[in-house]
Amino acid sequence: MDINSSKIKLWSKLGSRATYGQAMMSVAEEYADVLAMSADLGNSSGLKPFTRKFPDRFINVGIAEQNLIGVAAGLAKEGFIPYLTSFAPFLSMRASEQIRMELGYMQFNVKVVALGSGLAMGFLGNSHYGLEDIAVMRAIPNLTVVSPADCTEIFKVVEAAAKHEGPMYIRLTGGVNNPIVYEKDYEYKIGKAVKLREGDDIAIVCSGTMVYQSLQAAEILAESNIQAEVINMHTIKPLDIEKLEYIVNSGKPILSVEEHTVIGGLGSAIAEFLTSLSRHVPHKILGLEDKFGKTAKYEHLLKLHGLDENGIASSARSFLSNV
Amino acid sequence: MDKNKSIELKKSAEKMRTVMIEMGYRCGSSAHFGGGLSMVEILVALYGHVLNYRNDVPRWEDRDRFILSKGHGVLGFYAALYTFGLIGKKEIMSFQQNESEFIAHPIMDLDFGIESSNGSLGHGLSLGVGIAMAAKLKKKSFKTFVMLGDGECNEGSVWEAVMCASHHKLDNLIAIVDRNSMQNDGESIDIMNFSSIESVWRGFGWNVASIDGHDLDALVENLVPVKNTDKPTVIIANTVKGKGISFMENVASWHHGTLTQKTYDQAIEELE
Repeated sequence: MDINSSKIKLWSKLGSRATYGQAMMSVAEEYADVLAMSADLGNSSGLKPFTRKFPDRFINVGIAEQNLIGVAAGLAKEGFIPYLTSFAPFLSMRASEQIRMELGYMQFNVKVVALGSGLAMGFLGNSHYGLEDIAVMRAIPNLTVVSPADCTEIFKVVEAAAKHEGPMYIRLTGGVNNPIVYEKDYEYKIGKAVKLREGDDIAIVCSGTMVYQSLQAAEILAESNIQAEVINMHTIKPLDIEKLEYIVNSGKPILSVEEHTVIGGLGSAIAEFLTSLSRHVPHKILGLEDKFGKTAKYEHLLKLHGLDENGIASSARSFLSNV
Repeated sequence: MDKNKSIELKKSAEKMRTVMIEMGYRCGSSAHFGGGLSMVEILVALYGHVLNYRNDVPRWEDRDRFILSKGHGVLGFYAALYTFGLIGKKEIMSFQQNESEFIAHPIMDLDFGIESSNGSLGHGLSLGVGIAMAAKLKKKSFKTFVMLGDGECNEGSVWEAVMCASHHKLDNLIAIVDRNSMQNDGESIDIMNFSSIESVWRGFGWNVASIDGHDLDALVENLVPVKNTDKPTVIIANTVKGKGISFMENVASWHHGTLTQKTYDQAIEELE
């Protein structure tokens, strides 16, 4: 599909879920075997237009996430490409053992799309937040784990997922009026991180909504002559180790930023890789504390947890002053 | 079923039990005898009469699918695959040997007629629902059979799948519950009493037949979808855990047990 600036603006306004619904319309046109599935969150997945256009290609299994994974696996076994949605914890944790058996162990070609991960669910609270999903999902062999940076990247990931043979966990973050990282179309490749900004003093490696916040933080840092490189590590598994090796070789300290607990997420994945190298650079993991925190509006939460542009810039400064 | 077929199936059942005892003994470690022996006649009815498959082309697209949701029933399953020509002596001999693909729970291998990897209970029926849905979407006439244990029906995910199959009118799906009334820790009546299992499945909108799970005629007669009902079908097969080996029958410790030379000899003598 042609991606132009008006579409990019529209998707950003609609937010991650509605963009997902739009992307599904597009892949369903192109791939006859693509199906959309949900556990009673079809409307919340932006799939209303899809269900109108492709009523026979939407399967609702009711509020039963474990069964959702199993049924999707059975459909994938027979050649379909099911994309399924629910909120992040209900898929990654309630149904994690189904994901482990059916998608990890048997490797059925199912795309698990986690809605509203991170803190995006705002006042719905910790029951609905995706705080630990990356940690759980990336520990399962054979699963590809992706966290798109903005709505355009969500579109690109949904398209790329149809071509990619194998199970995926696609983590959607942010809400409506999702900030734009990509102003125009670009080449997206699963597993290939993207350098969005040059800088010699520090490398900020991030994913999801943290990419936009990190880019903004880099501008704030530039005001005090700190030049930050910003890397969109949209694929958390498999990690783009070439890109990480390149950063390490340049000697830059790494600040990893994620809207996820500091346990087991992007930062942990980077740290695990860094331990395998003989050369080292300082690395700080910026993410959510290991606790169930207060509930508030999304933007307020980002600020509260130091994950907005100012928080990230401030963490970068204190990190650099100690290395 | 004609008389000759009936005799042939009985012989297959006898052969399977001998193969199972041989496999279980030769492996030199504990194996799931009880729940494997209880399902022998069900598997004979399926592989000897009901299932549409080609053992020369195991991946044949239109084959009926069989999912062993009670994955610990492999002794019976491998013995059936061997008896009906889907796997060979080499595979049987590798049972529970280091790095073997033929272990205590099935590992998916379509070339051997093993449709899925199992071991964790409460997964197979959902998978079967997906396969049966796929058949409908692709307008294929193959049927999907899923074998569960009655203990396995303790798992909540089984009931998510039961509801789903009924709602989606999957009349091409047949579940079989091997009701041997025992599970790992003892008798099901003491662990999680489920005496009304037929009415529960019926209440969820399934066709239900409750039969003697060792009666080959009854199995062959009932292991077919009920026509013109738009409903999935479940066969509650009432069985005896450890069936065919006197000292294993209804003895909980033979859920997962080890044969000594002495008990092996006794088992073989009983089967001869």
